[in-house]
Amino acid sequence: MLRLESISKTFNPGTVNEKKALENVSLHLKPGDFATIIGSNGAGKSTLFNAITGSFILDSGSVILDGKDITFAREHVRSRVIGHLFQDPLLGTAPHMTIEENMALAYLRAGRSRHAFFSRISSQEKKKFREQLSMLDMGLEDRMKQPVGLLSGGQRQALTLLMATMVTPKILLLDEHTAALDPATAGKVLALTKEIVARQQITCLMVTHNMQQALDLGNRILMMDGGHIVLDVEGGEKAAMTTADLLEQFQKNAGKQFDNDRVLLSSD
Amino acid sequence: MDLSSIFTVSLFRSALETGCIYALVALALFISFSILNIADLTTDGCYTLGCAVGAMVTLSGHPFLALFAALFAGACAGFVTAFLQTRMGVESILAGIIVNTGLYTINIMVMKFSAVVNIFNYDTIFRIAKRTIGGEWYNVIVILIVVLIVALFLAWFLNTRLGLSIRATGDNSSMVKASSINPTFTITVGLCLSNALTGLAGCLLAQYQKSCDINIGTGMVTIALASLIIGETLIGKGGVARRVCGVILGSCLYRIIVALAIRLHVPAECLKLVSAVIVAVAIAAPHLKKKAAYLKLRLAVRKKRLAAEKEMEVR
Repeated sequence: MLRLESISKTFNPGTVNEKKALENVSLHLKPGDFATIIGSNGAGKSTLFNAITGSFILDSGSVILDGKDITFAREHVRSRVIGHLFQDPLLGTAPHMTIEENMALAYLRAGRSRHAFFSRISSQEKKKFREQLSMLDMGLEDRMKQPVGLLSGGQRQALTLLMATMVTPKILLLDEHTAALDPATAGKVLALTKEIVARQQITCLMVTHNMQQALDLGNRILMMDGGHIVLDVEGGEKAAMTTADLLEQFQKNAGKQFDNDRVLLSSD
Repeated sequence: MDLSSIFTVSLFRSALETGCIYALVALALFISFSILNIADLTTDGCYTLGCAVGAMVTLSGHPFLALFAALFAGACAGFVTAFLQTRMGVESILAGIIVNTGLYTINIMVMKFSAVVNIFNYDTIFRIAKRTIGGEWYNVIVILIVVLIVALFLAWFLNTRLGLSIRATGDNSSMVKASSINPTFTITVGLCLSNALTGLAGCLLAQYQKSCDINIGTGMVTIALASLIIGETLIGKGGVARRVCGVILGSCLYRIIVALAIRLHVPAECLKLVSAVIVAVAIAAPHLKKKAAYLKLRLAVRKKRLAAEKEMEVR
């Protein structure tokens, strides 16, 4: 589904701030793969996501999504088939617009309506939005006319998740999307994520800072360090892994101790 | 001087007339400033452009065509500003200033290199209305029809998918990119629409006062901002239709304030200063409110402490 072919990106080349964020990274995700990514700060996790969504141009390598080379496609064009959730729950929705209007915007991705610039939200669509909102089980279906800014962070993130998957994306990128939420809400959003990804069989990449979570979720685990993928385990081998194995493997492959306190210490 | 001599019907009527004309500029800023979150300084030059184009087309005997010509001219000016900031990487405020400066030359070229164009003896839409409607309110009727059409159009347009996209662009740009909307496109459409309205307002004013002056647009952005802020403070946030009404109301109210000031012998030259002060105060108000609350709290704490110290001394 997604194929990254030796992609590289260096920020601020030729200056003291030169940073090789990605170095010859290759990755192949099969349709339906759910891979978790774990790594220390500056390992290149977010840069990897940004390379896929196209917020910068790669120095070299190519990005192929569902057989189509999108290396030079512009960001908004790619976003038709890519769902992206950020750590900050405020980034995914427009606060001064109503829930309904936000959903209508997300629904623009359904190719059908792209040509209907001058159409308004139909009652049929409103019904559809309502049904989908009720699946969140947060009572949002009765608040569709309220501005999104009134919702809590967890509600906003759940709504963003719904919006990103309303039109099934070819790939869903989750960038620590539960990290900024309180544990109870985070659990709820995570359960929702699992449910939606499984139901719609979405190919998914998820960054997390929680090793246990990385092991529990999905069928594949990637570890990144210094712009490289240093560990890639999937299937039964992954299912049998423990956090201790993970740390040991990391040390062997990266040639150093795993140094992210946040990852090691988090227990939720 | 008693109040009834100040609040006359004619004062109210002329305030309504000019208020509704300027309401179009305020609506333009509503789109660029409130919705797109862009400080578009093309307004001054664009207003004069609409005025000049309107006057010249009216001179050639087509007062109705003049309205559309001014709309189009304004949209072109907006397009250039949008082009500079979305495709050329020019800072949005700077893009507006650059276009504004360039428009001075364009405007004087449109006016065939004279600083004033008079259309006293030519048919304007107002003159046609006077012939067909008559009475004293024909000006108001004509302007209200135009403003009503624009307001209805905006209320409809801003709820279409394109309108929603434009609103989202100003509300959360990162979300817009993730929703397959091209911000370059939405900003361009928004600024074209906004400046088209400014141009239309200029054209209406040219026909209303039967002349066009090269400096007529100076300070227009501040005046429109004042109207916009008065409107938004009065009506508050809410649906698009409600906010559009608020902007129009704010503009009329601003004109009534100005008309009263003139009635009370405030010299017309001072009005720009007055509107500048209104805008500065209105924009600063939320900040000052916060600061006042902080000072009040600090004062209360200090008073308490002093009282406590005094009590200690007494003991």
